[in-house]
Amino acid sequence: MTEPSVVWTYAVTERDRPACLDGLEGVAGGPVRAVTAAGLTAIAGDVPAADFDAAALRRNLEDLGWLETTARAHHRVIEAVAGEGPVVPMRLATVYRDDAGAAAALAEHAGDLRAAIARTRARKEWGIKAYAARPAPPDRDAGPAPRPPGRAAAGSGAAYLARRRQQLSAQERARHDVVTSAELIHARLAGLAEQSRLHPPQPPQLAGQRLQMILNAAYLLADGQDGDFAAAVTELAGQHPAVRIEITGPWPPYSFAALPEAGQP
Amino acid sequence: MTGPATTGPAVTGPRRALPAERVALVDLLDRVLARGVVVTGDVTLSIADVDLVTVNLRALITSVSALAETGDHP
Repeated sequence: MTEPSVVWTYAVTERDRPACLDGLEGVAGGPVRAVTAAGLTAIAGDVPAADFDAAALRRNLEDLGWLETTARAHHRVIEAVAGEGPVVPMRLATVYRDDAGAAAALAEHAGDLRAAIARTRARKEWGIKAYAARPAPPDRDAGPAPRPPGRAAAGSGAAYLARRRQQLSAQERARHDVVTSAELIHARLAGLAEQSRLHPPQPPQLAGQRLQMILNAAYLLADGQDGDFAAAVTELAGQHPAVRIEITGPWPPYSFAALPEAGQP
Repeated sequence: MTGPATTGPAVTGPRRALPAERVALVDLLDRVLARGVVVTGDVTLSIADVDLVTVNLRALITSVSALAETGDHP
């Protein structure tokens, strides 16, 4: 290779060299290999420095097409490796200058990495997204407004205001109810999981539909617990008809792999 | 994978892993960026040994919504 390259990392495992790496296509279309240090293996691959050094990444990560291609390639490799045994996924765009840099990072964080692998071994992440089942329209669209006073049979201004107040408080109540449902759903599912983590709700325009997301959570389940979990979700959906629930997964344990980060706010 | 419609089953979603190509991008970004990509404006990525890269994702959010509107997104 004549072009200068840097080392993209996908995940860390305790295995020497997962068999799935052969023929696996990584980020930037390159091959995927193992970098070993301190009894740990970083799944890694060379990527062109011109596209993946700090300045290029800053530019490229703003490009949605580039980000999507890169995120999917990153995910594809992690899924393949996770299919063969425990992994700690690396955050997207964890890039080292060379193998020595990656190996040094493995050695430096070996204890935390081993702990993270142990924490997520024989477990998978499941995602739950819950939505208010009815779109949340602006107040003015929320059902037929009472007729304003002054028209025939409309009643007094005071009666109009009373009706309007009642209508608004019904909306408030409905909002409060879905939030309460989200809390109950999360509490129940968190009780079935070994760990849980809340992600910020995705705005409707990003989630690709118009329902308001009220819960975006990840749950770490021991292998074999997903049946109970799915049954609980179905039961919760029955108990909370104003809420629509979507399951994603199983995922590699992305949401539960974070190492303690020094200096992190 | 599309978002749930306003009618249909109250619980949706796969019971088995989707192929990488069919995972919703927004769900994937929630995870691989491990931070509130869709809500907060900035993500700091650890470009180990190289630099810290703080990416402002306003442009990203705009383009994801544009993508969602075209309807060709899994």
